[in-house]
Amino acid sequence: MSAASLRAWLLAEAPASRWQARSQRVYLGWLAFRRNPIAMLGLVIIAGLVLIALLAPWITGTDGLQPNLANRLHPPGAAHWFGTDDLGRDIYDRIIWGSRITLYIVGLVAIIVVPIGLVIGIIAGYVGGIVDTVLMRVTDIFLAFPRLILAMAFVAVLGPGLGNAVLAIALTTWSPFARIARAEALTIRHSEFILAAQVQGVGTAGILARHVTPLCLSSVIVRLTLDMAGIILTAAGLGFLGLGAQPPTPEWGAMISLGRQYLIDQWWVPTVPGIAILVVSLGFNLLGDGLRDVFDPKSGS
Amino acid sequence: MESASTSGPAVGGLPPPSALAKLAGVLASLALTFFGLTAVTFVIGRVMPVDPVLAIVGDRASDEVYQQVYLQLGLDKPIYIQYLRYLGQLFEGDLGTSIMTAQPVAEDILRFFPATLELATIATLLGIFVGVPMGVFAAVHQGRWPDHVVRIVALLGYSAPIFWLGMVALLVFYANLDWVSGPGRLDVFYDGIVERVTGILVLDAALAGEWDIMENALSHLVLPASILGTFALAYIARMTRSFMLDQLSQEYILTARVKGIPESQVIWRHAFRNVLVQLITIIGLTYASLLEGSVLTETVFSWPGIGQYITRSLFNNDMNAVLGGTIVVGACFVGINMFSDLLYRLVDPRVRG
Repeated sequence: MSAASLRAWLLAEAPASRWQARSQRVYLGWLAFRRNPIAMLGLVIIAGLVLIALLAPWITGTDGLQPNLANRLHPPGAAHWFGTDDLGRDIYDRIIWGSRITLYIVGLVAIIVVPIGLVIGIIAGYVGGIVDTVLMRVTDIFLAFPRLILAMAFVAVLGPGLGNAVLAIALTTWSPFARIARAEALTIRHSEFILAAQVQGVGTAGILARHVTPLCLSSVIVRLTLDMAGIILTAAGLGFLGLGAQPPTPEWGAMISLGRQYLIDQWWVPTVPGIAILVVSLGFNLLGDGLRDVFDPKSGS
Repeated sequence: MESASTSGPAVGGLPPPSALAKLAGVLASLALTFFGLTAVTFVIGRVMPVDPVLAIVGDRASDEVYQQVYLQLGLDKPIYIQYLRYLGQLFEGDLGTSIMTAQPVAEDILRFFPATLELATIATLLGIFVGVPMGVFAAVHQGRWPDHVVRIVALLGYSAPIFWLGMVALLVFYANLDWVSGPGRLDVFYDGIVERVTGILVLDAALAGEWDIMENALSHLVLPASILGTFALAYIARMTRSFMLDQLSQEYILTARVKGIPESQVIWRHAFRNVLVQLITIIGLTYASLLEGSVLTETVFSWPGIGQYITRSLFNNDMNAVLGGTIVVGACFVGINMFSDLLYRLVDPRVRG
């Protein structure tokens, strides 16, 4: 199919198939998204992060873990773009490898948090009654908790480490997703197409999985993107406090913590990882803002 | 943000509840949330896969010693009895004894909390006095460069890791420019001179009439407070902007303009006044999150507040102190959140119904 005919197919007045209708929705969303330069910048940053993480073995010179004491605390220059740290490791290489850890953190938190939030929220919203009340009370309790402090307390018990930090963040992050999923499920609970499915004999589980969940996804994805920055900052904060990823892992927050004592004379050691965190979390915020404008034109300005 | 927007239509066909009923509702959910908080800290402290007895006696202790401590902690009782016992202790203000300082955790927290309060209060004030005008300014100039500048500043404030920002600020304003004093609350030279009254050093120094100590305390305070305030500023500016945009697009604003009322009056007397209630909620939420968020700032600036207390206790495996601190900060957080929610519901005529 040529580009022009593909475009015509995507913009056709009356879609001929379900597949075409779905593709059209995505394409129209993309057209709206593309007009928003701020959101596009966010997309470019995040795409760049993913690309860098994928290409890490080919764009780095070292694994970023092996000390090389002859090279200690080199200032940024041609040989070491971002300088070297106190163990002579190339900071550029460590930043690149660290992008994988950042993606691992946000990915894992998302994988844990979204299903939990969806299941609780959709069941609460669809079933209603006492189930709704109980589930939402629990959700509200978690919603009202201070996130960083609670994550710290969890890590204190589980022990410091990247996996436990992710778990602690997930435990304090799922509640908004349950809220959102519930709100969506409430609004579509009495729709005619749900009634039609019920009449056709589709079971409750089937309705929830095939008909309710897909409609909740767009709000959940928007919220997830906006939350990514917060997740990254919390993980970096835990790493900075020494509660997250442990040395020699090139996690950006932990790198800042290790570089802290060199701040005054070798400023690049703690500064560069901070810029990396800033750029990525900015990227997620921009992308999230853009997605929200596309999916929910009401809240846009 | 959530707590304000989640007060959904829970009372479908019933008549609108009175203010008193709402107050009762908020208090009930406050109590429930607090019980939830204590349940979580209880679970963290007792049920998680760490043996509290081993944490005290160490893994080389004999069986008799182990057994003795086991009974002492009441671990042979059913779990709900243990929880009730824990709640009872909490209500008496007994948070256990800190292993690190060998003092009751509650006393430790009373000593460390004012420093955090001082930091978070100044930071919130900065956020209000800079963020609100920024937000109004951006909304008035929507789509033009002041708006873009404010949006970018707000987004950067949102996205920057606060501990890193603090370090860079120390490097620039303390190490290079020498405009402010460094980490800590006071120069060593001034330490321990002023009598502790409120625990808030700037106030205590003023009460004692020690003006140079007050000045010194202020020059230590200004940098961490500004750094912590960055987030407040970003959030408040962003929310003010969107609230103001909402108001400025309403018809009564058009009416006021058509009547020939000066633009500054339209903005401040008409639109801004209607934004105030929402702003108070936002400011409450910000204050609560700063009390919590000060953990990282305190670490960077060696600020002897509750965040540093929790962090240090954590590394010394001092679980009583960690959980006690978590409960106190958590209770403040929950309390302030609920209070702003309540204020919002009571004051805003649209929600009042």
